[in-house]
Amino acid sequence: MNGVHDMGGMDGFGKVEPEPNEPMFHQEWESRVLAMVRAMGAAGAFNIDASRFYRETLPPQVYLSSSYYRKWLLGLEALLLDKGYISKDDVAAGHSVAPAKALKHGKFSTADIERIMVRGKFGRTAPAAAKFKAGDRVRAKNVHPATHTRLPRYVRGHVGVVERDHGCHVFPDTAANDAGEHPQWLYTVVFDGRELWGPDSDPTIKVSIDAFEPYLEAI
Amino acid sequence: MSEHDHHHHDHDHSELSETELRVRALESILTEKGYVEAAALDAIVQAYETKIGPHNGARVVAKAWTDPAFKQALLEDASKAVGTLGHVSRVGDHLVAIENTPGRHNMVVCTLCSCYPWEMLGLPPVWYKASPYRSRAVKDPRGVLADFGVSLPKETEIRVWDSTAETRFLVLPMRPAGTEGWSEEQLAELVTRDSMIGTGFPKAPGAPS
Repeated sequence: MNGVHDMGGMDGFGKVEPEPNEPMFHQEWESRVLAMVRAMGAAGAFNIDASRFYRETLPPQVYLSSSYYRKWLLGLEALLLDKGYISKDDVAAGHSVAPAKALKHGKFSTADIERIMVRGKFGRTAPAAAKFKAGDRVRAKNVHPATHTRLPRYVRGHVGVVERDHGCHVFPDTAANDAGEHPQWLYTVVFDGRELWGPDSDPTIKVSIDAFEPYLEAI
Repeated sequence: MSEHDHHHHDHDHSELSETELRVRALESILTEKGYVEAAALDAIVQAYETKIGPHNGARVVAKAWTDPAFKQALLEDASKAVGTLGHVSRVGDHLVAIENTPGRHNMVVCTLCSCYPWEMLGLPPVWYKASPYRSRAVKDPRGVLADFGVSLPKETEIRVWDSTAETRFLVLPMRPAGTEGWSEEQLAELVTRDSMIGTGFPKAPGAPS
């Protein structure tokens, strides 16, 4: 979706402000939100793509004015409500008043901690041969799906070169909507800065994205 | 609402923000429904606070600076190479190490959200997840570097890696001059988090820590 989360190349957000000796969490509740998201994901309530999509679909003014973990909280609440794991009555009461829904992997317990501290595996067996190889020139498609995608707007319609092939991975565009993993080849595609930002831009810049095969067309 | 109710309400919750109340409520709902063990949430937080952090990435970088065979293996398949190190074993399948050279500087961003190599660097800092960095890194990386007090020769190529999939990128910075003969442990002390994101350099030998 063409949301405000897709902010590569936007102007006006000001300077980057690194915080010296930044703590891991600025407030205790942030750590609880992180833990709930990780636990409910691991228990099978949602996958990583769905959790991203629910943050992206927050209203733009909410997205831009909420802190990072506040976005996580709002996205988590919306996702759990939508999937029926919690109800509006639960939220209004601040306690569970409606029946629970079975979780795919069961209750998240301390025995599951080690499992979530190693990243998930997203590589899958290839359903077909790769269409592209390193060195191929490709164009990022000019597409504007209203659903989840990982093809940022600033590359759409632009020509780049395939640099690496990462094998076949879960396709976020379908996984986010519970429409299946539909594994796709994943490539690092490099764009010249001038191709993206115009002939007057800095000639020393190159930008790459990792692009799933359906995002690309041969030229 | 009567004056009394109003007062009572303030008295109960004056120390808690709306966000905090909401987080507590959600936590109650999830534990009461039997979705998560309350103790497991504490344990997750504790694991993040103690087990991951840039010290992991720093050890990998220091090893690559001292062991050419490891460096080559790291650049070919970072997940596999890091997996061979007993002390850094939490790496996922899709780690990619990218090498800075005198002619090319690498910088990592996630314009769409906040993708970051947690196992190597810990949780990302606020600036990495915030709009200024995400919007500008791909268009004006030299301007972003200036915000960090970093400048590069104007002919140096800047390669920005936008983390749009589940691949995760670790920058292998250049080894500082004047560290000949240093041990891996000594070198690891020079490797900063930002140098592995590409928004900084390793510390110079003898610089205050």
